[in-house]
Amino acid sequence: MSALRQLAVLVWKDLLAEFRTKEMLSSMLMFALIVVVVFNFTFDPGSRATQEAGPGILWVAFTFAGMLGLHRSLVHEVERGCLHGLMLAPVDRGIIFLGKATGNAIFIFLIELPTFLLFSIFFNIDFWKGLDKLAAIFFLGTIGFAAVGTLLSAISVNTRTREIMLPILLFPIEVPVILSAVNATAGALAGQNWSEIGGWLKILAGFDLIFLLVCFVTFEYVLEE
Amino acid sequence: MNDSPASSPAIEVKNLVKAFGTFYALRNLSLQIAAGECVAIFGPNGAGKTTFLRLLSAISRPTSGEIFINGQSLSEAALSIYRQLGVIGHQSFLYEDLTAEENLLFYARLYDVPRPSNRIDEVLSEVGLRERAKDRVRTFSRGMQQRLTIARAMLHHPSLLFLDEPYTGLDQHAASRLTSWLSQLRSERRTILLVTHDLEQGLMLADRVVIFLRGQLAWEKPAGEIDRHAWRRLYFDLIAGAEPRHGGEA
Repeated sequence: MSALRQLAVLVWKDLLAEFRTKEMLSSMLMFALIVVVVFNFTFDPGSRATQEAGPGILWVAFTFAGMLGLHRSLVHEVERGCLHGLMLAPVDRGIIFLGKATGNAIFIFLIELPTFLLFSIFFNIDFWKGLDKLAAIFFLGTIGFAAVGTLLSAISVNTRTREIMLPILLFPIEVPVILSAVNATAGALAGQNWSEIGGWLKILAGFDLIFLLVCFVTFEYVLEE
Repeated sequence: MNDSPASSPAIEVKNLVKAFGTFYALRNLSLQIAAGECVAIFGPNGAGKTTFLRLLSAISRPTSGEIFINGQSLSEAALSIYRQLGVIGHQSFLYEDLTAEENLLFYARLYDVPRPSNRIDEVLSEVGLRERAKDRVRTFSRGMQQRLTIARAMLHHPSLLFLDEPYTGLDQHAASRLTSWLSQLRSERRTILLVTHDLEQGLMLADRVVIFLRGQLAWEKPAGEIDRHAWRRLYFDLIAGAEPRHGGEA
């Protein structure tokens, strides 16, 4: 069986289980929307302060909601020993990592879309003009966030203080992703062209590449006790 | 069914040590299990039985020592060994929000089982859950989940079976089905490693009995040579404080 097919099977299982209950997606979406709504009451739509803080607000919503999903996705695997079931299957553990990370990235994408739509309405932003750039930024930022998050949630899920451990481990490592994504988003919303936000995109792509590789290789050691 | 060369045992463990910090769960344990043999492992809680199975399944990494399955080193050929391995552990490895059929389909695809739908029908019928194939696992009783766990473990026709307390949660009817199923597996010459606290059941099923104490192989004997009337007393005498030793009278 090809690695790609195994990856597809792992992602299929995660999507099927989640779409059946929508437990994780609904809590992630609710959290992200609440963040946007709360900040909407703090800033005047269209003001300079809004333009400056907007991208940060957006990524706060994405990352905190994403963290809820990252945590739950591994907890589901551990609760019934399913992670051991996966470990006992003839599947490279790097592929298991890619499967979990892809599933997590899809869930984060799914909450990014409505959150961004609501953000655009509340903060009076014309997102059509930078939509292609925003799509690239969201894609690269989410991949990096989901990759590192999946590895670290696999580490934290076996600790007694797993709810606290994940953000403590995750955010310091994700600083380059969040900073680059916020700055690139600010540029895209301000109407900058590809070359002007290119530096931030390169940092995001580089981070994604390095951490996908590192997580792929180290996931095996994280899973084993 | 067994892929091992005629000369190599199905399972060979050499000087296995597993330490958690300063606590030694397994101490220099060596054991050989022949292909087609059924070995029952007994021992009190904390004797290292489950740790031993976890190491054999490569869920946990040994501190030192070597494990060979069908002549292949577990650390070097884990993926090909997993195809030959069926495990029933303390947990079901089942996703509660998927149906019985979806759970089995997921594992069948991972194990690349040919004609998965047919095979799923087959194993569900064997464990008496065909009528519940479309129901979510969440709605199953503990005994039904255990039966589905058995179906999952058998899905890919494993030649080696590691069973850790497989009778847990089963009612009498399901337990007797499990016993007859294990007897059938024995007759098919599959290698079985059974960890259990049920002294009579384990002795009845096994070709050889092994007792672990404090992370060491304390006692072993072919099941056929054990006096069934003295067995329970011997076991409790041994775990009551006897020093680790090999052989002994029963």
